[in-house]
Amino acid sequence: MDHPSAERMRGLEQSAKVMLGFGALEARERWTRVGLVLTLAAFCAVLSLLSPRFLTSSNLINVVRQASINGIIAVGMTLVILTGGIDLSVGSVLAFTGVVAASLVTAGQPSALAMVSALILGSLLGMLNGAAVAYLRIPPFIATLGMMTVARGLALSYTQGRPITGFPESFRWLGAGWIGPLPVPILVMALVFGLGGFLLSYTVFGERLLAIGNNPAAARATGIPLRQHLVLTYGLSGFLAALAGLILIGRLDSAPPTLGVGYEFDAIAAVVIGGTRLSGGEGWLGGTLIGALIIGVLNNGINLLNIPSFYEQVFKGGVIAAALLLHRALRRE
Amino acid sequence: MGEPLLRAEGISKAFPGVQALDRVTLEIFPGEIHGLVGENGAGKSTLIRILAGAIPRDAGRIFWQGQPVEIADPRHARRLGIAVIHQELSLLPNLTVAQNLLLGREPRTRWGLLDRRAMEQQAWRILHELGLDLDPQAPVGSLPFAQRQMLEIARALSENARLLIMDEPTSALSDREIHRLFELLRDLKARGVAVLFISHRLEEIFQIADRITILRDGHHIGTFPITEVTPSAVVRMMVGREMSEMFVKTATAGTEAILEVRDLTREGVFYGVSFEIRRGEIVGLAGLVGAGRTEVARALFGLDPVDRGEIRIEGKAVRIRSPLDAIRLGMALIPEDRKAQALFLSMALRSNITIAALPRIAPLGLLSGRRLDAASQPCIRHLDIRPPRPGIPVRHLSGGNQQKAVIARWLLLQPRILIMDEPTRGIDVAAKAEIHALMDRLAREGKAILMISSELPEILGISDRILVMREGRIVGELKREEATADRVLALAMGGLHARAA
Repeated sequence: MDHPSAERMRGLEQSAKVMLGFGALEARERWTRVGLVLTLAAFCAVLSLLSPRFLTSSNLINVVRQASINGIIAVGMTLVILTGGIDLSVGSVLAFTGVVAASLVTAGQPSALAMVSALILGSLLGMLNGAAVAYLRIPPFIATLGMMTVARGLALSYTQGRPITGFPESFRWLGAGWIGPLPVPILVMALVFGLGGFLLSYTVFGERLLAIGNNPAAARATGIPLRQHLVLTYGLSGFLAALAGLILIGRLDSAPPTLGVGYEFDAIAAVVIGGTRLSGGEGWLGGTLIGALIIGVLNNGINLLNIPSFYEQVFKGGVIAAALLLHRALRRE
Repeated sequence: MGEPLLRAEGISKAFPGVQALDRVTLEIFPGEIHGLVGENGAGKSTLIRILAGAIPRDAGRIFWQGQPVEIADPRHARRLGIAVIHQELSLLPNLTVAQNLLLGREPRTRWGLLDRRAMEQQAWRILHELGLDLDPQAPVGSLPFAQRQMLEIARALSENARLLIMDEPTSALSDREIHRLFELLRDLKARGVAVLFISHRLEEIFQIADRITILRDGHHIGTFPITEVTPSAVVRMMVGREMSEMFVKTATAGTEAILEVRDLTREGVFYGVSFEIRRGEIVGLAGLVGAGRTEVARALFGLDPVDRGEIRIEGKAVRIRSPLDAIRLGMALIPEDRKAQALFLSMALRSNITIAALPRIAPLGLLSGRRLDAASQPCIRHLDIRPPRPGIPVRHLSGGNQQKAVIARWLLLQPRILIMDEPTRGIDVAAKAEIHALMDRLAREGKAILMISSELPEILGISDRILVMREGRIVGELKREEATADRVLALAMGGLHARAA
């Protein structure tokens, strides 16, 4: 007991646990997490061998900045998937809220007002998804597929199909600004992951979310207000999609209504690679972050190595399939 | 009697924790209707499933028409001529009568296409032969249950079934339909088809069966010609064991009614249910599976709606429209299927215990693993949940410890009324005794407990009062002193009392 080095080892182990969020995890789950980190590291190692430009700070910052948009959306997606649902509407919600904010700010409204409007609109659209799922009992896949089409149509008709351009500096700050050495999108992503992790691990809301995904019948029988929780969760997903949209149009300095097509795919991919169960109830936000980074590195590699972009989809699909198979193999009892 | 059609000899089967069948022997002759009876859990279903090839046996031999056979799977059983008619029928509701009858062996034209005309003719011939008046073109989904059941029998016979195994075939039928079914069975018997007839309703067995086999706790108690036994003798053999010695009862019920239920009705499910539970009283709710006991429990707890009725708690009329209402009124429900209805299997023990009490544990909505540990540890110690690790995922616990976790969840809320649906189902003997002792302790603390149980020793051993339900109604009430296994079973099965007396 009083052996100094044993004491030290325990201390080290303890801090490692805290860092990786282990706690009382089972061995298998631990290896999944270690495996994820190693996968990311392996991707980076291979790329740095293949391209001398990969391992430069400007490129790395660029990778993370590009991944931040998907990462932010994927946090909302993780919450929704944890409840046993899915949100296919994130790309379209991003587009519609983006063009609304862009039109407000180009019409001379203050940037802050335009941004807040977009965030509120995104939340409302998300809550509409949640209400359709919770109160009308429409399967999440169908409800959000409907919203995906409706929001895209709204974005297109609102802009008459033309992009809105020419934003003031203050409106672009979220997407293009810097704080010290770091781009604002990366900081926003870090904040979103931090708050999301806190929500899941340290709040009653997060605990109940997991319970709902684990066993909705039991959740209802323990008095959890299931419907309100679903509405809020989908609302959060819409909010984060709008936030990601503001970053995206800030960086592009343009808001075309075709923004964010296919983003739901990348977000779901990040969640799945990160090891969250598609059936809900079990997952890890840190995994989603690593998943988003893996996809980001993959995209970057495709650029750096001049791989024709046609292959991009094939690559990503392959990686996701591999990740799913791996997770399933590890989970098998 | 000639050679048996089927002879199963020394059949044994164990599931984790239970010996479901222990050297059971069953013989069925051509043209015989053979009744199979036993309490819930006696091993009837296991035996049927083995004979139907649905599960393998651990030991024993099966002979079919004198030849030893290994029934590999249900298809093999059907090829041999063994057909099982389940309570849930296996017909496809969107197809027609003819399509269902000839599924998988549809007549074809020369070109390999479906020959609809031939199909309807064949179907009509099969139905006609059995004297069934069904339209071959009618979609099966539009037929009443009784006709679908007939159709299922017709299909089995048209596939040359020699032995029909019928699992509770009358549970969803009206008297007239039962009569019609029995006519058909007698007709089949005359043609040399054998029927293994499983029913909870003894009077029906005595009406239709030639012989009866009684199972108890996986043992073969005996097989008798129906003329040589009486219903009450059969009930005695079904119950048989020594009871109530393992229950220590120290609590005595008070006089003040905690829960009063008047005329609670859910159309089609249960009717006019009235009872009360007093402070410190354990009321047992007995009855056969399907009598409506679980449904009453669910309705009381706000999980299912009711059509009418009144509920009073400590004298005050209350409305319970959701589990949250029930919880706020101090009720708790420990459901019968803990995995499907109560547990969050991949979550930690501490989360499972604290989930209903979170608003109290974390008034600001903020919590931490440490706080959940602190809240759950006293319960874990108090109920002796093993292993006593708050962080362990609850799926790794044994059945008994999982059940204790569910109980702990509710005790944390200090309820006034506990509804426990099959509180000791599927858990080992030691944990069972602990849960019984705990129930006694809770009663002593003044809680009102409604316990649903299909195990007679449990019902008789710990209830202060026993309510018996049959077909959605409370058909009798017995005080602890006057309750015997025979009387409870007689009430639960119905129609038996007069004959047994």
